[in-house]
Amino acid sequence: MSTAKRAIRVTINGSDVTATVEPRRLLVDFIREDAALTGTHVGCEHGVCGACTVFLDGQTVRSCLVFAVQADARRVDTIEGLAGDGDLSPLQHSFWEHHGLQCGFCTPGMLMTATELLASNPSPTGAEIRHAISGNLCRCTGYQNIVASISAAAAAPGIADAGSGSGTDR
Amino acid sequence: MPYTGKSVKRLEDPELLRGAATFVGDIRRPGMLHAAVVRSPHAHARILSIDTAEARQQPTVVTVLTAADVKGVGVIPMRLAPREDLIRALQHPIASDRVRYVGEPVAVVVAGSRYEAEDAAELVLADYDPLDVVVDPRVAMQAGAPVLHDSVPDNIAGRLLVRSGDVDRAIAEADLVIEEEFAIQRHSGVPLETRGLVAELDRSTGVLTVWGPTKVTHFNREVLARLLDMPESRIRMVEPSVGGGFGIRGEFYPEDFLIPFLARQLGRPVCWIEDRSEHLLAANHSREQRHLVQLAVRHDGTILGLKDTVVTNMGGYIRTHGATVPTMTAAYLPGPYRIPNYYCEALSVLTNKTPAGTYRGPGRFEASFVRERLLDIVARRLDLDPAEVRRRNFVQPQDMPYRTGTAEFFDHPVTYDSGDYPGQFERALSRFDYASSRAWCEEARSQGRSVGIGIGCFVEKSGLGPWEYARVEVDPAGEIVVYSGAAALGQGLETALAQIVADGIGAPMDRIRVVHGDTAVVPFGVGSFASRATVLAGNAALAAAQRVRDKMLAIAAHELEVAAADLVVQDGRVSVRGDEEASLTFGEVARLAAPGTALARGFEPGLAETGYFEAEDMVYPYGVHLALVEVDRDTGMVEILRYHVAYDAGRLINPKLVEGQILGGLAQGVGGTLLEELAYDEAGQLISGSFMDYLLPTAVEVPHVDVELTEEAPSPRNPLKIKGAGEGGTVGVSAALASAVADALGLSSELRELPLTPERIFQLSRLAHAAQQTVVSGDD
Repeated sequence: MSTAKRAIRVTINGSDVTATVEPRRLLVDFIREDAALTGTHVGCEHGVCGACTVFLDGQTVRSCLVFAVQADARRVDTIEGLAGDGDLSPLQHSFWEHHGLQCGFCTPGMLMTATELLASNPSPTGAEIRHAISGNLCRCTGYQNIVASISAAAAAPGIADAGSGSGTDR
Repeated sequence: MPYTGKSVKRLEDPELLRGAATFVGDIRRPGMLHAAVVRSPHAHARILSIDTAEARQQPTVVTVLTAADVKGVGVIPMRLAPREDLIRALQHPIASDRVRYVGEPVAVVVAGSRYEAEDAAELVLADYDPLDVVVDPRVAMQAGAPVLHDSVPDNIAGRLLVRSGDVDRAIAEADLVIEEEFAIQRHSGVPLETRGLVAELDRSTGVLTVWGPTKVTHFNREVLARLLDMPESRIRMVEPSVGGGFGIRGEFYPEDFLIPFLARQLGRPVCWIEDRSEHLLAANHSREQRHLVQLAVRHDGTILGLKDTVVTNMGGYIRTHGATVPTMTAAYLPGPYRIPNYYCEALSVLTNKTPAGTYRGPGRFEASFVRERLLDIVARRLDLDPAEVRRRNFVQPQDMPYRTGTAEFFDHPVTYDSGDYPGQFERALSRFDYASSRAWCEEARSQGRSVGIGIGCFVEKSGLGPWEYARVEVDPAGEIVVYSGAAALGQGLETALAQIVADGIGAPMDRIRVVHGDTAVVPFGVGSFASRATVLAGNAALAAAQRVRDKMLAIAAHELEVAAADLVVQDGRVSVRGDEEASLTFGEVARLAAPGTALARGFEPGLAETGYFEAEDMVYPYGVHLALVEVDRDTGMVEILRYHVAYDAGRLINPKLVEGQILGGLAQGVGGTLLEELAYDEAGQLISGSFMDYLLPTAVEVPHVDVELTEEAPSPRNPLKIKGAGEGGTVGVSAALASAVADALGLSSELRELPLTPERIFQLSRLAHAAQQTVVSGDD
């Protein structure tokens, strides 16, 4: 397998980013360096902590476990794309409201995972939320207010159909 | 006061939520180079030679630094608990002739990218002569053990003693003496962001800027200045957004010298961001202690005396916090109980492991485990409810201020300021439904379930002095800037300070901006550690805000031609009482303080004042943890069914932030009690070197916690009457969870080691089963 650099074009948050990269270049490094989007963070580089979570063709991946060349001609969405037109999304507002972050390092990855959860499960229970975010490590919050933030966002209008979203953990 | 006591939303959040905050790894400087540290693969060895020739030839490699390039650089000094005996084992920023732990820096490669720096690092050829390794402190203290530092022949770097009364007499006179050994495993804070630095020398000004420092930026600048032989005024430390600290990040490490040194030498910016494996290997470890204790009690369970010999495994070197961990254990082992006779000998022992330092609730997570287990053992032996044993031993509210008989840094006696431990305890038991929970456990056990309840009571320390700096400034637009010498590591410092200043000066919070951690604009500071920030920095900011307010009143009084006493300050305006028309905005007052007007009128120009808060004594919050668990005897898994924390912080500036600290601290406590271990083999190799083996709790392992915050015991020791909240969530967990698991398994003194991994619980369960079989089959 050749180690020669390759030209790739990745659509990130709707805009094309081109670069010539080594095959071993991680997607997270491509996002942070070549695309200069530093909101996606590196917490472990071995696929456990989830801080590097982004969407690849609409599904969450750990971008430290994906090579940039694997994202050629594909679509990536990062935290920077979450707040449309500069306003925080309802989910981000909910994290702000419910103290769902402290240092903020895990937060971008957490928000990407939560966004995916709510798209597929608009009114998750506390247990379902905890299970869904169990691949995103947080060392500051103890998770409780993150769960409350996601739960409240699910229950709020604009996210899901008005219904029986669980407002409390468990 | 509109803001104090309210759970106001945080100022820090919008940028963090967007992913727009700048962490050190996000900093890009023109021409920036990247460093990779070459680390010793041996736990103990002589360095015979380091051949960097091949590494230097790799693409984009600019230099490879070894000890030869920094000859004569001094050791990294101690910042806290700088006991003289420990000086013998301090660390140089890079190993020259000998390495003493796996991970010790031996070379630094600088290249065009981190990828290329790591490629070249693999080609640095270091030749070692391995020496005998010792990892167990008990072995290290014995004659014939490998000696790490020639001037410390017994590997005991330090020894401290705290005593009061006559503990040997208490033991002799006691009705019952419990004697046990306890062990707490090595683990650490493991923030989600790894350590990192970007250093750059501005050749035109000669100023060296370092991004990445936090926690104690001013102290670190002082150390760096000394090691680089540069004046402090030519060094600027800038604290970026920080991804958690927990005591681990922010201390002066070898890299804190090496990276700035390289930047100065190369005349180009140098960036170093460690990866996770490096972090687990090279950032401070903590918690590894062994205790040999004796607790002397009367028939009724009241404590006569407590004697402890505690060994803390410091690793290969003494780091910046000196003897802080042993000091904390010796000072706070008694907790909320009366201990009339006390003796604690605390040893700092060196072994070939990564150096250890302070981690959230240092020495106190360990002490709580020991103390509360002892009380449960007493309860079992005397056939008393564990809650009753505690009741009979609490320091009473009327005893306050209470001298514990222990001492802290510089032999300063510990005196608890205020607290109602029994009152809080009863309320917590009631909220937890303790009595009916015990009954429920009996019922569940009769159905074969292994369920149990655990209690963990503690007193925490906070508000460590000696002082903190603040400056409050009002600009001509009416914007208020607060400069603080404390540091922000994710806890919400800016929000708390803004609340305090908003109320102190009479302005809306959205007019306030908080600046911290940049030594160019904050000239003095002690920092954020030991749960001191809100107490020290908050009171300093209040003092500064009040002085600014006084100056505004004087200026406005003159301008509006009234007495200062006739003015009110609120919502960013100074107005004549009863006549809102006659008023000035803050901005207008600030413009009246411009040099032109001020000099003409004969007062000091500017609307800015400094404030200091000095604390001679600490302030003592306190709490109770109660846990109900179920243990699966086959898998060794612990399910936390219910968990309650009661915590009194004296007065709450922002209840939501305090709750956040408790919840976050608790999750780390869960990890430390059940999951996390920095495990070593006999050769001194770290075998839990990644997140595959070092297990952090996820959202599934951390329970939902019921937190009750109270303001029963404001502190009389500061104007805001507050106490800190950074560590109380952590220190009670080792006690409560361990006790609950012991209760669930029907064990007592058999459970005296952490962590309670599934394997250990499985073994304990078999022990309990065997004990029950003995009871069933053999009574003569």
